[in-house]
This record gives sequence, C-alpha cells and structure tokens, in this order.
Amino acid sequence: MINDHDIELLLNDIVELYGYDFTFYSKASLKRRLNRLFEIDKFPSFAEFHYRIKSDKDYLQRFIEEITVNVTEMFRDPGFYKILRTEILPAMGTNPYIKIWHAGCSTGEEVFSMAILLKELNLLHKSLIYATDINPTVLEKFTKGIFPLSNMKQYSENYIASGGVKDFSSYYTANYHTALFDPALIQKTVHSTHNLVSDGSFNEFNLILCRNVLIYFDSQLQDRVFNLFDESLAKLGYLCLGSKESLKFSVINLKYKQHAKEKIWRKIK
Amino acid sequence: MEKDQININCKALIIGGSAGSIDVILMLLPHLKAGFKFPIIMVLHRKNSTDSKLSELFSNKTKILVKDIEDKDPVKDGTIYIAPADYHLLIESTGVFSLDASEKVNFSRPSIDVTFESAADVYQDKLVCILLSGANADGVLGLKKVKSKKGMSVVQEPTNAKVPFMPEMAIKNKQVDIILNDNEIAAFINRL
Repeated sequence: MINDHDIELLLNDIVELYGYDFTFYSKASLKRRLNRLFEIDKFPSFAEFHYRIKSDKDYLQRFIEEITVNVTEMFRDPGFYKILRTEILPAMGTNPYIKIWHAGCSTGEEVFSMAILLKELNLLHKSLIYATDINPTVLEKFTKGIFPLSNMKQYSENYIASGGVKDFSSYYTANYHTALFDPALIQKTVHSTHNLVSDGSFNEFNLILCRNVLIYFDSQLQDRVFNLFDESLAKLGYLCLGSKESLKFSVINLKYKQHAKEKIWRKIK
Repeated sequence: MEKDQININCKALIIGGSAGSIDVILMLLPHLKAGFKFPIIMVLHRKNSTDSKLSELFSNKTKILVKDIEDKDPVKDGTIYIAPADYHLLIESTGVFSLDASEKVNFSRPSIDVTFESAADVYQDKLVCILLSGANADGVLGLKKVKSKKGMSVVQEPTNAKVPFMPEMAIKNKQVDIILNDNEIAAFINRL
C-alpha cells in the first residue's frame, strides 16, 4: 500500500519533472488509482514505483492513462441526451454556427453521441466540435472511431432511450469484434490535448460538456475549472455536467440558471 | 464481544448490502431514533437507473433526513445518505463525499469494498460497518481493512439473511465482531 506521505512525494516529483499536476485531485480517489496501478504492475516497493515514474518517460504515459479514469459510453444517461435532442440543440438551430467543447472527452464516445444528435437534427454541417483530454493516447483512439462491438447492444439501447429512431447500426460498420464509426461524423471535429489543471481558455463556445471529470478534482480545482468554463462560454451558452455533479457549491453559480432539474446550466450573466 | 456493550466512539456508520438487503433496511428504518451523532451511509447494489427511487422509498419509513449523495457534498451527522447507482463512493479526510465512475469492483458499482476501505482510512477506529444479505463477496475485503484500523465490523446472521453468501464470506474470513438478526440491527444502531 502506498501511504499519504508517499503520494505527496510522488505527485510533487511528477509536477516538477513532467508538468502534470495531480496535487489537487480528490485524494481518496487518487489514492485508490495509485494503489491499483501499483498492484497491477506488481512493483515490489514504493521506491521502485517512484523510481520508474521518475526515470521512464514511456511509463509516465501509462501512469497518466491508468490514473485518469477513462470509463465512458455512448449516450450515457439517455435522459440527458433526450433533453439535448429535444430542447437544447434545437434552440441553437437559429445560430449561424454552433461551437461545442467536450472537455475531458476520453476515447470520444460522448463526442460521437453528440455528432449523431447533430446529424439527426440537421445541425452537424454548421457545428464545430472541439474534443480535448489530458491524455494523447485516448484522443488517438477517438480519432480512429473504432469501438468494441460488444458495447453496441448497450449503446443502441441508450440511443433508443435518448429518443433516437434510426437503426443505430447504420452509424457503424461491424468487423469481427469491432465497430468502425462513420468518419464523416467527426470530419470537422478538432481534437487536442488540454489539461484542465493548467491550460487556459482557447475559444468561445455555445455548449461545453464536461461529464464525470470534475468528480476527480477537489473543490479548489473544481472552482478553477468552473472559472475556465465560464471564460470559455458565450453568454446564454450551456454548461453540461455529469449526473451527480453540480454548480451548487461553485464560485460561478450565481451567473447560471439550471435547466429544470437537469445537469445543464445556462449562462445568464 | 457482548451485543449490549459497545465500546466505540462511532463517527460514521456504513451499511453495505446486495440482494435481499433493501427489505432489511425498510424493516429497521422506522425504529431508528433521530439525533444520532454520526452519518449513516448506505451502499447498496442495485440496477442502474438514473432516477433511483430508493431515497423516496426509505423516506417513507422514517422522519430522519434521507439524502442522495452528489459529488463533494459535506458529510453531516444525523443524516442518512444513499450512494448513487453507477458510481463508487469515497470519503475525503476533509469531510466531503467524492464519487468515482471508474471500473466496477466485484462486478459492482458502487462497490461496498471501495467505500469501506476509503472510510476506514478516514475514520480509523471510529468506524462501524454493517454488511447485510447479498450474493457476492463485495464488502469482505473492506471489512478486513476496517478491522485492521480497529473499526467495528458487523454482519447480518447468514441464516437470517435472504441471500446468506455475503455475510457468510465475511464470517469465514474472520472479519466479524458482531453478528445480528435483521430485527436487532436498529437497536444496535440506537446504542452506538
């Protein structure tokens, strides 16, 4: 087991050597992730784990991949996508263009979900989606658009529950164990690494989605990121969070109005 | 340990359960006395659904405040908390809940092990954990951690549980201080 003191030591070295700052991540969750990786990779001692991270840049990449959580799915929380489909996106239809930022998009399942919604609403041609994550490896997976075929049953059910009426399999080509999604869906998507901890605002958006990312941050870091989103959101734009995340304790709360009981907030000031 | 002698300064009570545990909780809720000086945190396996009705169901059985947990909510005494479906529940030393949507543990999310272990880190010897009826071994490793920090470990009497496997595994692994029938649990909590 890695103890709290070891963790502090390790995180400080990682910031200094590589510029990745995990010191404001939620401690309990981070500790679990670190111990999990320590066990999976069978390090005999903390000292060896520590040394490997400090001395092996390739291993650091694995470290980032395993410490950050990349569990995601298409049309996760179908009720949320239903509101996007029926209320939020149609209201943007009169805009000359729609700029969307998926912050912490991981392998991009939610980006594809969004692209499918936009296509069905005939808005994809005037939408520009930015997909960012701290981790370059997941972004590479995203751009390939290849997902396990075994997940398609669940995704198809989610899609239908979100109000989709097409045959979900029309969006991908099945091949052995994989599903290759139509590249046209993400043709105009821009992807880039972006670290919510240290990077700044880079554009102004009508819609920002950051779902189940902030749960891994402590309150202080959450506030930094909320400010970053606020700076990056046009007036009357929308911010979407995960099903158990909230603006209620945040510094920007007063400038936003929640959309009914959904995890969607509109910037009103 | 004698059932009516409880030498623990309880700062948190966590109840973990799987198949057959909801009925036990519905049975004990009406007998709980309000004003307890610790939070009661429930981690129960169930089907994923965005709008869980558990808190409504439980609220009908008690006047004590029953809350669905959101990320970074403060942990307050005298309140009953329910871990949301499809997230692991962790407790921070700063006194707030953290959620975690990472891989399932023991095929479960929330995993009882994850919450027991995280709470043991924070509350150490002031933690009481109760493991109820269930069909898998989730919670057993967690109880081991609780015991290693000198917290108290309680399980439902297997012969009294709808699905005995979970408490049975805990007993088999020698991780248990007290064994209670379903109708004894409320009184036990009231004495903490």
